[in-house]
Amino acid sequence: MDELITMTAAELSAAMGAGKVSAAEVTTAHLDRIAAVDSQVRAFLHVAGDEALAQAREVDRKRAAGEPLGPLAGIPVAVKDLFTAVDMPTTCGSRILEGWRPPYESTITRRLRDGGAVLIGKTNMDEFAMGSSTENSGYGCSRNPWDLARVPGGSSGGSAAAVASYQAPLALGTDTGGSIRQPAALCGIVGTKPTYGGSSRYGVVAFASSLDTPGPFGRNVLDTALLHEAMSGHDPMDSTSIDAPVPPVVEAARHGDVSGMRIGVVSEFSGDGYQPGVMARFTEAVELLESLGAKVTEISCPHFKYALPAYYLIAPSEVSSNLARFDGMRYGLRVGTGSAEEVMAQTREAGFGAEAKRRIMLGTYALSSGYYDAYYGKAQQVRTLIIADFDAAFGQVDVLVSPVTPTTAFPIGERADDPIAMYLADLCTIPADLAGNAAISLPCGLADEDHMPVGLQVMAPTLADDRLYRVAAAVEAAFADRWGHPLLNEAKGLNA
Amino acid sequence: MSITRDEVAHLARLSRLALTEQELDHLAPQLDQIISAVAQVQEVAAEGIPPTSHATGLTNVFREDEPAPCLTPEEALSGAPAVELQRFKVPRILVEE
Repeated sequence: MDELITMTAAELSAAMGAGKVSAAEVTTAHLDRIAAVDSQVRAFLHVAGDEALAQAREVDRKRAAGEPLGPLAGIPVAVKDLFTAVDMPTTCGSRILEGWRPPYESTITRRLRDGGAVLIGKTNMDEFAMGSSTENSGYGCSRNPWDLARVPGGSSGGSAAAVASYQAPLALGTDTGGSIRQPAALCGIVGTKPTYGGSSRYGVVAFASSLDTPGPFGRNVLDTALLHEAMSGHDPMDSTSIDAPVPPVVEAARHGDVSGMRIGVVSEFSGDGYQPGVMARFTEAVELLESLGAKVTEISCPHFKYALPAYYLIAPSEVSSNLARFDGMRYGLRVGTGSAEEVMAQTREAGFGAEAKRRIMLGTYALSSGYYDAYYGKAQQVRTLIIADFDAAFGQVDVLVSPVTPTTAFPIGERADDPIAMYLADLCTIPADLAGNAAISLPCGLADEDHMPVGLQVMAPTLADDRLYRVAAAVEAAFADRWGHPLLNEAKGLNA
Repeated sequence: MSITRDEVAHLARLSRLALTEQELDHLAPQLDQIISAVAQVQEVAAEGIPPTSHATGLTNVFREDEPAPCLTPEEALSGAPAVELQRFKVPRILVEE
């Protein structure tokens, strides 16, 4: 493989700064990689070849002219296809938005562009971010670069697969119930769900507004922190954005250290349904943390077992409201004849896939009079109790750890028409979404049964995102010593 | 059974989804299964527990009301399925009785 595609974002940035390579060469190398492998991985829905090269050349011009550049200047970034970007289509993985060109730009892509990052294309996802495999995409599913017969996870599966197959060093995703951490775990890379409100939702097409959290993917902890910092910060265009300084995540990623840190193992996340190979790698990671000087205790969060059912009431309720805007009147698909109401129903029937329909109807049910208190209302109370569990836990420990997912990447098709089995993929990631606090997924080895990657989840309190990176950097360095190389080097086939 | 096929057909109408009969046959038992699973929240003792609708606790976020650039009519209409006289053209909304 071309050396330029295997280098980290931090290394590329240093090489460009030292004049050893141009941004145009870096972008060209990644476009060549996309051309070579994406017919197999299917990570991208749109590749912005000409626009990306133009952005890269502009970075080279600015650098030559001595103009200021951001820390990600010249670095290619793949963008999940629900961030609006004016020079690319935005489909959200849905046929209802096929070919739609948004008239406005998301705050996050605007910030990245302003800092010189090169937006290289839009990545595949489960329709409107509802799913854990990309099989709910209206444009076909993406593949796991470790094994093309398996899913990459979801919903941000295209972004994770692109980074894991060296098509981009960094990618943007969104996490509503685990949609960054779960695909990061399944593809053997790093992904973070920042604190809710820490990253702007302006221009991010809404799935469940009280949960949706944009965040970064990278192949290592430092790169992920660099994107986390570049994309974050208060945005007056998003009224749920938190007006507070961005936690010092890059600084933390450069100084991994867990000595003296109090780490809690969530006792609810083990047992039946957890793949033995996942638990074996997780247990080793906990032992590693202890050997690095952390004080590990077991912590019970008694309401976490209700997080999954609460989530599958709250998220669909918000979906049934948010997706009402896709009515065939102002943008996107329009199908059928008759009255406006008939055209709406025919358009939505033709444009939405099965999972979108299931969740819209589930949300409509949960919010309907007579059922509201028993379902949506009760789920909101459970949400309060989960936040209380986190508060109690963080009174005793600095961070919590758990597996990211109960299993490794599953074969394509295995759960595609079994919603309940699919939902279980997010069992361990949902609590942090409901509570709004920060969490990260990082590789902790391969399961013995299938040689597929396993993720370690670290959860920190709200706005303590830097703590995630302090832990993750220490774990990453210790594993690198043990393995002698990054985990991703063990992926065969495509990455050989 | 927590939800019948007829109730799912009603939900589809409320949701403006013109489901086919085959889809109803397929989705109705799945929704029944999902609703039975999520009903697990009803086990939780939550008497007197306040609901949480979002986690930040922010309320009434205002900004100064200052003029700023916005979309032109052409930009706002750029994705419309049909346009007439610089407006969204939509099918008939009111039907004569």
